[in-house]
Amino acid sequence: MYNFEFTKPKTVEEAATAMAAEGAQALGGGQTLIPTMKQRLASPEVLVSMTDIEGMVGVAAHGNTLTIGGATTHAQVAADAADLFPGLAALASGIGDPAVRNRGTIGGSLANNDPAACYPAGALGSGATVTTNKRDITADDYFQGMFETALDEDEIITSVSFPIPEKANYQKFEQPASRFALVGVFAAKFNDGVRVAVTGASNVGVHRWTEAETALNSNFSESAIDGMSGNANDMIADLHGSAKYRAHLVGVLTRRAVAGCG
Amino acid sequence: MPTITMNVNGAPVSVEVENRTVLSSALREGLGMTGTHIGCDTSQCGACVVHVNGKAVKSCTIFALEADGADVETIEGQAHADGSLNVLQQAFQDHHGLQCGFCTPGMIMSAAALLKENPKPTEAEIRDYLEGNICRCTGYQGIVDAIMAASGQSTAIAAE
Repeated sequence: MYNFEFTKPKTVEEAATAMAAEGAQALGGGQTLIPTMKQRLASPEVLVSMTDIEGMVGVAAHGNTLTIGGATTHAQVAADAADLFPGLAALASGIGDPAVRNRGTIGGSLANNDPAACYPAGALGSGATVTTNKRDITADDYFQGMFETALDEDEIITSVSFPIPEKANYQKFEQPASRFALVGVFAAKFNDGVRVAVTGASNVGVHRWTEAETALNSNFSESAIDGMSGNANDMIADLHGSAKYRAHLVGVLTRRAVAGCG
Repeated sequence: MPTITMNVNGAPVSVEVENRTVLSSALREGLGMTGTHIGCDTSQCGACVVHVNGKAVKSCTIFALEADGADVETIEGQAHADGSLNVLQQAFQDHHGLQCGFCTPGMIMSAAALLKENPKPTEAEIRDYLEGNICRCTGYQGIVDAIMAASGQSTAIAAE
């Protein structure tokens, strides 16, 4: 990979200053960015490490909201959110493999917004709020297509706040080689409605499946969405699965997620 | 070039690195500790797994600068001081947990991390934990047997 300047700020303010430099890029756990840089698909001039910034690591519940620091690893979320928001902890415990989960961070995953990543489904399916050094962004506004988000180039995800649902479940059908989601579905039931978010499947990236939400709002059961599938016109088609297959999986996994809510 | 300091297997070391140097290269080329293997160099095969501050990580996918000041454990630190194999290493030998041995440093370090978290894992838990470690020789059964044996549990295929 090409060399770069490296900086490891201690505060969000210092990080924001460093991110203002030309060609600066935030470095979370680097589990996507480092392989990407090795392939020279990315060549940032300055890397700003997020791993040692005060107040950006941790999991805390305040009332019915779970707040996760932007530099918190998947392994820590899996452990520390297990009692507070088990559906989200289970999602975190299935990302990558144990070594990847010990480095990869929620802020890194959401900032990258890989169309097959797990966290975007958890955030959108929960109606989370992404907090940056500049503002709060609701998940509905945050995700804007494959690898596209509402973040400005120099913006840093400092934390993510999740409303804790009555119940939630994430189901992932893994692409067997990469173990990324061929299709993943996060379903969450709140007292004021159901949210269903789909990752991996679509050309538009993570998105809500509103038809299923409507059906589940009146009857939160597998039978309410019996026979339904996603819209094949929007789905990714590649050697791992046709658009029709992915659309079918969206239906199957949503039913499994609803069943998994118990 | 920046110099980092680490405690590697309990011994303080300093090594000069470039900003872009990953930990696996710092260990192998900077410190001459070639026990940590680089298989895929893309974070998939797990041959390079070491522990950084007690956590298993893929050393090909962490910059050496991020390990500055860290406690690092590698395969070289696993055997006893007299050179005899530790329980896990001995179990790998006894249960045919390796053939060519290329993946073994990563397998041992991942398995050690597993047993620290979960001293009596089930076979399913072992297979799940080793998801990020790839072996092309053994078909994994010997590796799973070795970890079962090292954790004091009976194995599906008894050692001869």
